[in-house]
Amino acid sequence: MSRPLVLLAGNPNAGKTTLFNRLTGGTARVGNYPGVTVECATGTLRCDDTLSAELMDLPGTYSLSARSPDERVAVDALFARGERRPAAVVVVVDATALTRNLYLALQILETGVPVVIALNMMDAARKAGLAVDHAALTRALGAPVVPISATRGEGLDALRAEVGRTLRDATAASSRDVPQVTYPRLVEDAITAVMAATLEAYADASPTAQRALSLWALLSLGEDELEGIPQVLRQSVADARSASGVRSTELDQAIIAARYAWLEGVVVGHLTSPASKPPTLTEKLDTVLLHRFSGFAVFVAVMYVVFEALFSWSAPMTELIEAGVAAAQGVVQEQLGPGSLRDLLKDGIIAGVGNVVVFVPQIAMLFLMLGFLEDSGYLARVAFLIDRVMARVGLHGKAFVPLLSGCACAVPAVMATRTIETRRDRIATMLALPLMSCSARLPVYVLVIGTVFSSEERVLGLFSQGALVLFTMYAVSVVATLGAAAVLRRTVLKGPRPALLLELPPYRWPEWRTLLRNTWDRVRGFLVDAGTIILALTIVLWALLTYPQSDAVHARHEAERALAAQIPVEAERAARLAVIDDSEKGAQIRESIAGRVGLAIEPALTPLGFDWRIGVGIMGAFAAREVFVATLATVFGISSGADDPVPVRAALAEATHKDGRKLMTPLAGLSLMLFFVFACQCMSTIAVVRRESGSWKWPLLMFTYMTTLAYLVSLAVYQLGSALGWGLG
Amino acid sequence: MSVTPSTAHLDAVPVGQSAVVVAVDCERPIARRLMELGVLPGTRVEVVRIAPMGCPMELRVRDSSLSIRRVEAGRVRVRPLAPVPATAAPDGTPS
Repeated sequence: MSRPLVLLAGNPNAGKTTLFNRLTGGTARVGNYPGVTVECATGTLRCDDTLSAELMDLPGTYSLSARSPDERVAVDALFARGERRPAAVVVVVDATALTRNLYLALQILETGVPVVIALNMMDAARKAGLAVDHAALTRALGAPVVPISATRGEGLDALRAEVGRTLRDATAASSRDVPQVTYPRLVEDAITAVMAATLEAYADASPTAQRALSLWALLSLGEDELEGIPQVLRQSVADARSASGVRSTELDQAIIAARYAWLEGVVVGHLTSPASKPPTLTEKLDTVLLHRFSGFAVFVAVMYVVFEALFSWSAPMTELIEAGVAAAQGVVQEQLGPGSLRDLLKDGIIAGVGNVVVFVPQIAMLFLMLGFLEDSGYLARVAFLIDRVMARVGLHGKAFVPLLSGCACAVPAVMATRTIETRRDRIATMLALPLMSCSARLPVYVLVIGTVFSSEERVLGLFSQGALVLFTMYAVSVVATLGAAAVLRRTVLKGPRPALLLELPPYRWPEWRTLLRNTWDRVRGFLVDAGTIILALTIVLWALLTYPQSDAVHARHEAERALAAQIPVEAERAARLAVIDDSEKGAQIRESIAGRVGLAIEPALTPLGFDWRIGVGIMGAFAAREVFVATLATVFGISSGADDPVPVRAALAEATHKDGRKLMTPLAGLSLMLFFVFACQCMSTIAVVRRESGSWKWPLLMFTYMTTLAYLVSLAVYQLGSALGWGLG
Repeated sequence: MSVTPSTAHLDAVPVGQSAVVVAVDCERPIARRLMELGVLPGTRVEVVRIAPMGCPMELRVRDSSLSIRRVEAGRVRVRPLAPVPATAAPDGTPS
């Protein structure tokens, strides 16, 4: 027999995650809810010596009237529209904001499912002078209320025991005391009107649940984004709403007000608050942290630390991983004889694993930071401070941190968008932020600027030409990101303006165990889901850049090697052989599929100021933008330029078009850099957007719009520049 | 604290003052969310502060703090619990 399923529900910021971790210990596993991309954690809850249950952590919600997939998951699970019927629900309630937290609890109680209420934050409530008569509250709500403090571990044994008792009772008690909220005539009539449709849509639900479902449908349906709602119910609700002949929000108001009125009646007698409230720590902190001067100073400092952590603090780990990958490749190179197997292992598989693991330090760092900001309550303040700017382009205040993280790397930044509540806002942020100039674009800028722009020549006597060009690239990327977000929100992601109905929770000290656990879940999810895609794409890309190989090219180079073997001085001989190796690689890449594609599309690249070699470099850069430098080195038949861009720079500076014109003019360089600003040259970003959005539709849209934009911008700049005579130098 | 007979919109209530909600006239999804967070006719709200850039604003409602953009606040009708300065309530309508 399978263990009974117990759900854990509660408002965001009510301490649900901490309680979940406390109750399940090390048994928690993260997975996806069936059919949706919302993650959920499940773990074992030991109620007592003989009874354990499976505890499932639902997404935090303020109510059951679902708008987003996250909220819908909670609703589906509660109404047992998922596969398994819950045996009980533990509702976590923040004692310091009791009435509002009980609103969700009341909605769940109304469904008739057995409920245990975990009255959390009792330590904070005591400190604030609040006294809750939980025994009286138990009687009034018809469900056991257990005072706890999840962070301090208080009351957890009592809570376990109470869940156990409820689970044992649940089998016996079929009819339980469901709170009887007095709804006005208007609401009762509407319930009656939709009941037939509810009975048809949810025939196997209990009468209590059917009534609750009718109420839920009346409040939730219409102007929603819910999928899978039976059409009969949807139609019936629309009819009932229009038949009631009142303003569209009046019915909603009647339902919600009746529930709050009932709750106030319950809470009033059992909650004692102090007559005068001294300012809380949160209030005192907020006068500084949300102040127009000191608030922004702290904001800039905190954002700087986040950025520094992502950019610099994770660098030693990243370098260590890169060194490890290089070492592994070296071992394979030495141990295995030359051949396709060795190349597949070295340049396909090991490089692919490296391409995945290399993101881990940045992801871990960002999620530690983000978790700290979120759990401490500061992330909501960040949104509060910066929302004005974000609102301009139709984004949510919470989009700021992901966008900022995008300056370091789009992969963790895309994952960070999950702090944004509504899916539409989240996808818009996700699709726009890869335009932020990430650190992988820097080597490309450095290569091009070093080739065609002077670091000596001063503009306005202040900045070097190179620095000014570099700054321009970053400025363009910021403008492009915000512009893309604005366009996306007005076109494909058109929808109601996101409202910033955001709770500013009390400041709390984050719990490190919850932070680490959350960070590990993110890293694991990335490795498993996005990692497999990145690995596969690396191998495919390697094959495209390697095969087919030309025997003629090989024979020609073998002949040269035979000649070189006769050089008497060993050092000279080795140097000559290395040059021949590089030259053969360069000649072979021309024969590969990527090389042929590059040659085939050259007519489309020429108007941008590129030739086929740059085209191959761009294709290679799909693995990661910085690979552009190394791929270009291979194409030019010189040794890998990853660590030393000077030879590539020299080769690039000397390269010419077929007609003898110089390839890298300042104008062509500008065109190339702008191409890299806009183009979605990063398979890892595509993989992670696929994972976070749950479909291939969004990454494909992103790739298409970014590549089109890149092509058009480069085309416009090069053609306009040429027409004005800038490209001749 | 004197109760004024007229109503104003929430975005016109000065920082530090309280008001009682009269009606929530936002678009339905926003109105529903606001009401579910406890902002209902009859509920007392206090304007705690306005963000440095002028939007959003922070409200104190039912023992929790809520941020709301001015656009939304402009569609919540309230009865201020202290006189709103005449200059700050251009759209107050008699109830």
